[in-house]
Amino acid sequence: MRWIWIDKFVEFHSGQNAVALKNVTLAEEHLHDHFPDFPVMPECLIIEAMAQTAGILVGEAKSFKEKVILAKVKKAVFSDYVRPGDTLKLHAKIETITTEAASTIGKVTRGEDTIAEIDLMFSHIDQNLAGKQFPEENFVFTGMFESLLRGVTLSESK
Amino acid sequence: MAVSREDIFKEVQEVMVDALGVDEDEVTQQATLMGDLGAESIDFLDIVFRLEKAFEIKIPREELFPAEGLMSNPEYVNNGKLTEKGLAELKSAMPHTDFESFEDDPDINKLGDLFTVNSVVNFVELKLNEAG
Repeated sequence: MRWIWIDKFVEFHSGQNAVALKNVTLAEEHLHDHFPDFPVMPECLIIEAMAQTAGILVGEAKSFKEKVILAKVKKAVFSDYVRPGDTLKLHAKIETITTEAASTIGKVTRGEDTIAEIDLMFSHIDQNLAGKQFPEENFVFTGMFESLLRGVTLSESK
Repeated sequence: MAVSREDIFKEVQEVMVDALGVDEDEVTQQATLMGDLGAESIDFLDIVFRLEKAFEIKIPREELFPAEGLMSNPEYVNNGKLTEKGLAELKSAMPHTDFESFEDDPDINKLGDLFTVNSVVNFVELKLNEAG
């Protein structure tokens, strides 16, 4: 997840829930062809934004020691188009977290409206896959993500 | 609080429908989770989480689906089959499971067939009795 698809966190409660913002702009190339003359954000990319929000929440809960990989999209229901100029709020909540995995529930809002409900499951891959070995360095969480978080955790602790 | 077996089955059925995206009528007592209902490894964790929530019980992962830990032990697995010791170990770890047809040919590739909807219902029933 070195590709950052959310803009900032506005709320962060360790091990519990978080809210991130994503501003959608026509400067993003994916909107140019999806679709010509009718730009809407692909739903898979809305899922990606939730996966990053919830994934960082899950990763932080174990102090970024685990490699957190999106393992399953349990639910993804969309009720409206997302258009250029929209500001999305991604609300993620940890439902269960164990040594091996975590499940999260999420809601995407624009203003007062709910645009999507997205529930996910993440795997801590070092604890799974029958002892398969992965590189030691945490390729999921790099410094970039931690900087994304620094602002909100600092401002909340003030 | 005593919960009837039928109620447990209904709840388990709902868990499988939600976790695996299958139709309710596919979730019969005999259906195998992997073969018939298409469960993959991450689905087992999903199912465990959902069962914990639905029945308000705690399920250590190795209790419901304990086969994984056995696989890496050469005392328990030989030439793709469970040894007598391995089979005995698995049986004692999974009292909620029917081993009758597996015992004749304990091929580890067929381990998946042990996980039936019925074995999950049995497991939950045992757990609820323990708690009650």
